[in-house]
Amino acid sequence: MSEPIIKLENVYKEYNGNQVVKNLSMTIEEGEFLTMLGPSGCGKTTTLRMLAGFEQPTSGNIYIQDKEIQDTKAYNREINTVFQNYALFPHMTIYENIAFGLTIKKTPKDEIQVRVKEMLELVQMLGYEMRKPDQLSGGQKQRIAIARALINRPRVLLLDEPLGALDLKLRKQMQIELKDLQKKLGITFVYVTHDQEEALTMSDRIAIMSGGILEQLDTPRAVYEIPKTKFVADFVGESNIFYGHVVEKTENDIKVEMENGSVYACSNQVQINDIVDISVRPENLKLSLEPVMGYNIPGVIKEYVYVGNVHKVIVTLANEKEAKINQSPKIPMLSEGTQVYLHWNKEDAVVILSSGNPIFQAIENPDFGVDSQEEE
Amino acid sequence: MKNKKKGSKINPAFLVMVGPVSLWMILLVLIPFIYIVAISFMKRSTYGGVELGFTLENILQVFELSNLKVFGQSVLIAGITTIICILIAYPFAYFVAQKTAVKKTVFMALVMVPFMINSLIRLFSWINLLRKEGIINRLLIGSGLIDEPLQMVYNMVGVIIGLVYTLLPFMIMPLYSSIEKLDKSLLEACSDLGAKPVIAFMKVTLPLTMPGVFAGFIMTFIPALGLFFVTDLMGGSKILVMGNLIRNQFITAKNWPLGAALSLFLIGITLLLVKLYQKSGGRMDELGGI
Repeated sequence: MSEPIIKLENVYKEYNGNQVVKNLSMTIEEGEFLTMLGPSGCGKTTTLRMLAGFEQPTSGNIYIQDKEIQDTKAYNREINTVFQNYALFPHMTIYENIAFGLTIKKTPKDEIQVRVKEMLELVQMLGYEMRKPDQLSGGQKQRIAIARALINRPRVLLLDEPLGALDLKLRKQMQIELKDLQKKLGITFVYVTHDQEEALTMSDRIAIMSGGILEQLDTPRAVYEIPKTKFVADFVGESNIFYGHVVEKTENDIKVEMENGSVYACSNQVQINDIVDISVRPENLKLSLEPVMGYNIPGVIKEYVYVGNVHKVIVTLANEKEAKINQSPKIPMLSEGTQVYLHWNKEDAVVILSSGNPIFQAIENPDFGVDSQEEE
Repeated sequence: MKNKKKGSKINPAFLVMVGPVSLWMILLVLIPFIYIVAISFMKRSTYGGVELGFTLENILQVFELSNLKVFGQSVLIAGITTIICILIAYPFAYFVAQKTAVKKTVFMALVMVPFMINSLIRLFSWINLLRKEGIINRLLIGSGLIDEPLQMVYNMVGVIIGLVYTLLPFMIMPLYSSIEKLDKSLLEACSDLGAKPVIAFMKVTLPLTMPGVFAGFIMTFIPALGLFFVTDLMGGSKILVMGNLIRNQFITAKNWPLGAALSLFLIGITLLLVKLYQKSGGRMDELGGI
């Protein structure tokens, strides 16, 4: 689980002058479940297609175990793909579909038979051999697509939003099955999705991409708890992002001056006068009727939204932006328009060196003097 | 619309939309068809007209040896034409289908535009190109490749060149539409599973575009049996296809009942092929061209 199997080095991909992947370098480790996460157009699918061999990088190198493969054709790579739309061959039976890769390699017929059966067992689709793909449901097609890829015993399995077309319940079930499958087989999975919850549940590590750039590559926990960029804080889970500049610093604690007051956070990465974003998860943000020592973020209750296990409290801040707080439904509700003060435990706030679009912005205070912080 | 109750009004909008087409179909397709069926069972009158009465004579006459010979020759010519059309149209359609949307439109327009000019005029141009003193022969002789002019027109070669030229777009259109619809990810899947492009073509592209090939076959083969003016012009009246035979019965021999019976035979073959096409999973709208 620590041998790198795939290595990307300074990979760029350009379409008609548009850079869709910019200077991407990362390693994927043997046997891990790595998810590429990001909004559409972030370059994650292009990266996957470069691994599969359907696209060639404009520049940069891709290695499989130290062997350069960026010029190797897709049909010569020991990598198989599960396509977003399954791409099962409509004119072939399920058996022929799964057997396809082995048939091409001229594997003996009786061996093919045994291995197809193995695969059907693995994806729990025994008995469907003679059907045609259009006689299967979406979830069943998905299983066949996985079987068709895995029968070739690839070093790496690429999955391009494989659950995108399934309904929520089936998605959840397939997520668990896929994860189990991956553990059982020990094959490296590279999984592309825009669904952050899916990424958090299934992955060993998540690579978050935005605008062709790798923002962060880390474990789900680290990505959620210690986002390295504001994009990551915002994209993975919900986050309230505050903005200010550092005015005091002790060993681990910093005091950040904002529009009307100051807040506390922990960080040893920043210096005095740095402009920072402070990301606080809704579950870590707290409400109080009285100002809390050291925190001064006033707002009024806008509404409560009941989502089953939590109350989402929306608070309108002085600058008209909204903060989201998750509260246990057991905590009594306050009436709309109640004046409240936000605060948090300083350990729960994540400090990120600033860039762009915070929700609590220093507009009036000329001290901050950063006019690039425009609202989108 | 089937179970209209008496007295209930037909929606005027419906009438406006469907009326003209129905009228067209009734006047120009249905009535002539009934007429053809009817007179094919009637007798020829002495002076070239049709006599009322019922006979199977014409139908039996269709299967006389001389007619079957022409039929055999027609099938041969139409068959060769169709095969040549497939060989030209498939690579072309495949090539165009890989292009960007704008280029696709341009290429397909290039295919269609010449067909807005009367086909007789275009065939005469071909004769000019192909005849003994024509440009092609002069070029070949001038360059020293041949000593004697090639006989490329007023024979079988000319007929086939004419038919291929006239019918090529009808092969290109259905082929293009089926190749263009082919899901590109299927080819990626092939490549992903280890198939080189040639194998991917044989295992996936070709089988999945067979309906297009079949549609193109129907759209070229059947007209090729009947396009009498092409054989007349390019074959110098020496080569007959079914179309010539039928035309001769109506115009020259004045044997309308036999002409009608021969037409019916041709219609029968057409229906049979279309039925086969449907059975093999082909879609009728593909036969409509686009």
